[in-house]
Amino acid sequence: MIDVKGLRKKYEGLEVLKGVDLTINKGDVVCLVGPSGCGKSTFLRCLNRLEEPDAGTITLDGQEVTEKDIDAMRARMGMVFQHFNLFPHLTVKRNITLAPVHLKRMTQAEADAKAMELLERIGLADKADAYPNMLSGGQKQRIAIVRALAMNPDVLLFDEPTSALDPEMVGEVLELMKELARGGMTMVVVTHEMGFAREVANRVIFIDEGVVKVDKPPQEFFQNIENERLRTFLSKVL
Amino acid sequence: MNLAQQFETLSELARSGEALSVWQDIFVKFYQAFILEDRWLQYIEGVGTTLLVTAMALALGVILGSIVALVRVAHDQQRPHRRKPVLGFFNAVLKVYVTVIRGTPMMVQLLIMSMVIFASSRNFTMVGALTLGINSGAYVSEIIRGGLMAVDPGQMEAGRSLGLDYLTTMVRIIIPQAVRSILPALGNEFIVLLKDTSLITTIGGKELLYAAQGIMNRTYEAMFPLLGIAAIYLVLVMIFTWLLGKLERRLAQSDRR
Repeated sequence: MIDVKGLRKKYEGLEVLKGVDLTINKGDVVCLVGPSGCGKSTFLRCLNRLEEPDAGTITLDGQEVTEKDIDAMRARMGMVFQHFNLFPHLTVKRNITLAPVHLKRMTQAEADAKAMELLERIGLADKADAYPNMLSGGQKQRIAIVRALAMNPDVLLFDEPTSALDPEMVGEVLELMKELARGGMTMVVVTHEMGFAREVANRVIFIDEGVVKVDKPPQEFFQNIENERLRTFLSKVL
Repeated sequence: MNLAQQFETLSELARSGEALSVWQDIFVKFYQAFILEDRWLQYIEGVGTTLLVTAMALALGVILGSIVALVRVAHDQQRPHRRKPVLGFFNAVLKVYVTVIRGTPMMVQLLIMSMVIFASSRNFTMVGALTLGINSGAYVSEIIRGGLMAVDPGQMEAGRSLGLDYLTTMVRIIIPQAVRSILPALGNEFIVLLKDTSLITTIGGKELLYAAQGIMNRTYEAMFPLLGIAAIYLVLVMIFTWLLGKLERRLAQSDRR
């Protein structure tokens, strides 16, 4: 579904990604882990070109992701951010319906109905007309996920979705993500939540020194650790 | 005895060499400055022109400033490898505009406009309004640019990640959020403009100070006309400051939602 070949990215002389190759299949739940600054967020942001790669190709269903029709490609790849990035000047419902209506995927009425259905599903239907600052972090992040879902994306990209949350709110967001995974959504998740990776992912990937070092199902990933640096990393976070 | 007769009598006395008391002197000068020949009408006309010039200059300033700010922000937000040469060209031109306008005195700009560029125009008030607008545009562009850049970059990323294009994200997401920080500063610019309109007197624009100077030239008395218009400017500024405060409070209220 997503094919990444030879992805390279440099920041002011420092090469963060040094040729990443990765294939993500439909229905995969891929967790990217690794020490801070290893390039996992950069990798994720290169997938929808929020960062522009220096070299390499990314294809989505056989179609190369380039700057040319990037907007159409991005519409197929939903993204959830660490800091939610809800639009503070719009109500929850408008946050969700803005893009599908503007891009003429749905009429306002259809989008409203879809938004309400999604909000119902996450138990936040009563917040439809609230503004983002009136919500807790967990609620904001769940609505941000719903906002991405409203575009019916083929894949969802999560950039450390729980890192900015108070501990007691992490659970509700992970629970929603788990539910999406069970529903067959293709997901790429940059996370520090090893529990989530172990339980929900079907592949866990360790990025280090700018390349994919380990790519295994979670049972193997966490048990037969051959990579020395992964062992050091896991001993610190587990 | 009514005021007109009293004024006649007193000025007759003064002309014949008689010394007037302090209060009589003040009365005569005040009467000359404001009441004689319905001179107060000239001040009112001046206020009208001042407000009109301010409004026109602000409108022009906001239009120019918005264009400059949007082009410059769009230029700065381009990716390093994908800079569009057209945008780069306009950015350079606009940077020169902002630098030149902010780097030269308004007074000099007014004189250049009226005596060099529009040397043949007799409509000094309009030339003045145009100059003030062009001048204000440079400052307003920096206000708007600052407001646009103050919006969390994550907002642009969120909009773009949903598949919205740059312009749509700007119009629907960034600008509505920037307006809240821009409006108070813009109000301030309005007040600065209101006072700066007095400068167009030097090129013959017929606003408030011009009216006062006309009367000074006829009466050879400076105090009352000048103090009078100072009071008028002050009252105008106080009214607009009060209105701005109200606007800011309303914006702050909607921010809390």
